[in-house]
Amino acid sequence: MPGKTASQARGNISIDVEECKGCGLCVESCPPKCLELAHELSSYGVHPARYTGQGCTGCGICFYCCPEPGAIIVYRLAPPPKAVPVQQGGEHAAAL
Amino acid sequence: MAEERVSVGDLKVSTNGYEIAHSKSEVFYPEYERKADLKHQTHYCPGCGHGVAHKLIAEAIEDLGLQDQTILVSPVGCSVFAYYYFDVGNVQVAHGRAPAAATGLKRACPDKIVIAYQGDGDLAAIGTAEIVHAANRGEKITVFFVNNAIYGMTGGQMAPTTLVGQKSTTSPWGRRPVNEGFPLHMAELLATLEAPVYIERVALSDNKNIMKARRAVRKALEIQRAGTGFSFVEILSPCPTIWGKDPVEARKWVAEKMIPSFPLNVFRDRKVEIPTNNEPPRKTVAELVGGAKPAETSRPQHRHHFRDLGIKIAGFGGQGVLLLGQLLAETGMREGLEVSWLPSYGPEMRSGSAHCHVCLSKERIGSPLISRPNVLVAMNELSLRKFAAQVLPGGIIIYGREHLPEDLALPQVQVVCIPASEIADKLGSAKVANVVMMGALLEETECLSPATVMQVLEAKVKNPALLEIDRKALDAGRTYIDHMVAVGAVTQADGFAQ
Repeated sequence: MPGKTASQARGNISIDVEECKGCGLCVESCPPKCLELAHELSSYGVHPARYTGQGCTGCGICFYCCPEPGAIIVYRLAPPPKAVPVQQGGEHAAAL
Repeated sequence: MAEERVSVGDLKVSTNGYEIAHSKSEVFYPEYERKADLKHQTHYCPGCGHGVAHKLIAEAIEDLGLQDQTILVSPVGCSVFAYYYFDVGNVQVAHGRAPAAATGLKRACPDKIVIAYQGDGDLAAIGTAEIVHAANRGEKITVFFVNNAIYGMTGGQMAPTTLVGQKSTTSPWGRRPVNEGFPLHMAELLATLEAPVYIERVALSDNKNIMKARRAVRKALEIQRAGTGFSFVEILSPCPTIWGKDPVEARKWVAEKMIPSFPLNVFRDRKVEIPTNNEPPRKTVAELVGGAKPAETSRPQHRHHFRDLGIKIAGFGGQGVLLLGQLLAETGMREGLEVSWLPSYGPEMRSGSAHCHVCLSKERIGSPLISRPNVLVAMNELSLRKFAAQVLPGGIIIYGREHLPEDLALPQVQVVCIPASEIADKLGSAKVANVVMMGALLEETECLSPATVMQVLEAKVKNPALLEIDRKALDAGRTYIDHMVAVGAVTQADGFAQ
């Protein structure tokens, strides 16, 4: 769940369970595949997306694929690593 | 709400060394006043492309700093509720008319950013004319066209953009070009016009294309901010619910089926110089229709003892109701008044009731529509009954029959009855009943000078015999009313009492 996991990860995300409709587009789109649909149902009867807790690069792709305006918040590690080649996230990660 | 915002701001400073890279745009309302509950969710289905398109537009508006200058025109369709989400100026318009409304908004407020957001049923079906003409005029607006190849809100009918072979409720065996034609390619179609500046088609089919869409949306708004011209972005968008697919499949369907039929491309990206010379001659309407300026004429000045006068003229179609209105308006124009004439056309014109509104005013006229007339000229009983109650208290009704209907009491207004048709018949032409009414109107209200009316008639009526009858009719109408005036009235130079 969002919060204090993956201290090494470059990014982190939080998902508003009340806003998520469980469409799964973020899970499909996430380049490092660090999102999943929860087994539990939300109060709206859908399986909301959640962060597996590791591997987020903070690329923001999930944010742009998500149709809900405020369901996802993407965080990045404050001092960005210097000149680290983009390994995860595909060729377009740099554009983000 | 305010507290939440503060906490988000705090997060931005420090959450284990993380700072917010992407979050809900400030251009969205913090809560949507759509329903009592569900205030934090949009009404779109899971996986709907509208949400993504909204997000891209909101982000571009925020990043370009246009939030307080933007007017968003919501369409009819699933995105009709865009005004619940975007914290900008919002207008919701009739089906397909967003480019027309946006044209008006942009011309009235050229410093605002006017965005028309439309679906394919809205833009490519009922609104085809509006978008084509707005683009052709090169209106400096931005149109976002969300194309999902189907009517989504109404339950999946075939749209003009439905693919060949695609099943819908109204093409259950798949769209057949022989019967339903081919999909309409709006981006290509608009790119054949000269005026548009920027036309691109993008797709919400995968990560890469979504990021391209993001750039296209931004560019379209930048073009409008620079005032360069008409910008149009077609966004191929998934509709999982109506397509009967899950959101991930639907997105693949965009890539695999829609993009081959609607190729992604920049169809237009150039600066267009639209010539702005040939200023129209600045003439007044009076000059254009041949009415002379008041100062140049030698006719006696008529004293207009009103500030503005609303006159409604009603009767059967064919009685010369509209012509009488025109005569009044043109006479007023010749006497230097502001005038307007608003006819009611339509199926009522022949042997039904017709009416028109005439405003005579010393000041500029706000609206040509008169809901409460000062004067009603009713040529028949039907019109009298229809409009008598609208006349302002203290107003005048001129009724074209000898007596009021016995069951009709009109205590608040002054009623003058004149058997106009009978008088016209005696003069030799039933057609001049309206001129008889005109005479009665002039004599009763003294709103305009009879001499000017004759000048207008002389300019309009070419047949000398008919003109003579008109002259007699005008006099007859005046004489009839003159005989009804109160004792003590002073006779004027023209022989009529005042």
